[in-house]
Amino acid sequence: MAIDIDTARKVAKLARIRVEEADLPKLAGQLSGILGFMEQLNEVDVSGVEPMTSVTPMRLKRRKDEITDGNIQAQVLKNAPDAREGFFAVPKVVE
Amino acid sequence: MSANTWTISAARDALRKGEITAVDLTMSCLTAIDAGDDLNAFVHKTPEIALDQARAADARIAAGDAPAMCGIPLGIKDLFCTKGVPSQAASNILKGFKPEYESTVTSKLFDAGAVMLGKLNMDEFAMGSSNETSAYGNAVSPWRRKGSNVQLTPGGSSGGSAAAVAADLCLAATGTDTGGSIRQPAAFTGIVGIKPTYGRVSRWGIVAFASSLDQAGPMTKTVRDAAIMLQAMAGHDPKDSTSADIPVPDFEAALTGDIRGKVIGIPKEYRMDGVPSEIEALWARGIEMMRDAGAEVRDISLPHTKYALPAYYVIAPAEASSNLARYDGVRYGHRAKLTAGDGITEMYEKTRAEGFGAEVQRRIMVGTYVLSAGFYDAYYNRARKVRALIKRDFETVFADGVDAILTPATPSAAFGLGEMADADPVQMYLNDVFTVTVNLAGLPGVAVPVGLDAQGLPLGLQLIGRPWDEAQLLNCAHVLESRAGFVAKPQKWW
Repeated sequence: MAIDIDTARKVAKLARIRVEEADLPKLAGQLSGILGFMEQLNEVDVSGVEPMTSVTPMRLKRRKDEITDGNIQAQVLKNAPDAREGFFAVPKVVE
Repeated sequence: MSANTWTISAARDALRKGEITAVDLTMSCLTAIDAGDDLNAFVHKTPEIALDQARAADARIAAGDAPAMCGIPLGIKDLFCTKGVPSQAASNILKGFKPEYESTVTSKLFDAGAVMLGKLNMDEFAMGSSNETSAYGNAVSPWRRKGSNVQLTPGGSSGGSAAAVAADLCLAATGTDTGGSIRQPAAFTGIVGIKPTYGRVSRWGIVAFASSLDQAGPMTKTVRDAAIMLQAMAGHDPKDSTSADIPVPDFEAALTGDIRGKVIGIPKEYRMDGVPSEIEALWARGIEMMRDAGAEVRDISLPHTKYALPAYYVIAPAEASSNLARYDGVRYGHRAKLTAGDGITEMYEKTRAEGFGAEVQRRIMVGTYVLSAGFYDAYYNRARKVRALIKRDFETVFADGVDAILTPATPSAAFGLGEMADADPVQMYLNDVFTVTVNLAGLPGVAVPVGLDAQGLPLGLQLIGRPWDEAQLLNCAHVLESRAGFVAKPQKWW
């Protein structure tokens, strides 16, 4: 399926990646190429096949729901680009 | 020979006999690393940590408490979080990120006494087959074509790991493999690389790319070294819910060299158009070697092989788009400079546009598209169904008695850096054609150097094993390695 410029713009928006208008045609072309390559999958008869959810047949382990750590606020915030008064700081979200 | 050229097994024996100290062994690697800057393999050097760990290793060896990896100097792929040491997955979006924790794999290696020399170059977020998508610039292969100065790729994504091991900057390195990122660079540089069964090695603390496919493994100079190092990396980890709670066998003890009566499958679908005759000839020689060793060679069919690459390039980007959503400029890494009036959406969009390179952006957007409303069934669910069929192909041949499968590792020898610059992204993806099936099926696979092409570049073969049977797989690889007798080393130019 060919990706047009509007679809490319929409995908970039969904992915939260700014793409300049001038770069959209090239992006649309590349995405079309990649998706075209995936079209081969339509040749496969997948009737009655369940989509794979786990590559190794194992049950996920369960663990006790208990607190195992905490009191590491400084460590949690250490790599934040903007941390203030014990919080992650971001631009205003609600007016 | 300078100690940095040693294998893990030789160094282990020399350390235990007191013929060398871990400090001297480490110094010899640190010297080689400083002389190897042209390779751009080590992107964060950690000599102080290395020497502290080496001194501790010497004390353990003196006390008689020395596991096999004690005092062994390693390079660590930048994808592994290492406490207090830059860990940025070769991406600008994680520039300056120093984890407050240690990945399970590096913790286990350090507990076993291993020494970290530094962090190794790679493709950004492990997305690439040539190490050309790295924020640190290209890693360069120590190999060159005969009579040529053209710089070659060490492969990717674990390109820095491959270059460092092949150039003897370290004894071995960690790698990770989502679609071939251990095996393809190993094959390009004449070293050994194994991707274990999915779940054999903990993924905790490794920057996630595609969580259902990612698996860490060793990149080493010999199969024996791969067995020794995998032993230290493997095992159950409660912090990774997909890590398997099953015993880890003694991999080195499995290297008996006896594969008489074992059945080696040769899949007809791996004979592909456009693959150079040299690769076909290498494969034929590998088949002869297995037969000479007493194995039964059997033609097999894996009918869905052709669809592995397109299925992979749906599933891996889909998982990546979800995993990489965390890079939003809030909790760690880069945040874009904002202008007046920018809100939180602008912060996300600008941060991600500046922080992610072109290939990573492309894959996130492909993943976003195939997961978006209206296309989820057509692409993502269909790819997961095809994945189930690919796995079933392998299950069928294993049930028929096949013990291991022999294939080429790559469709070509290493290519020149920049040679693929104008190619379609799909052209680059074709590098993974022989390796990607193994990730989709969750199986162990190992690349073994077998010969040189006419231009003097290494070529490797791949062996694929039954799930959880790395022991038998490594034994087959050991036989292939011994019979191939690959001893070539790159001519030093750096």
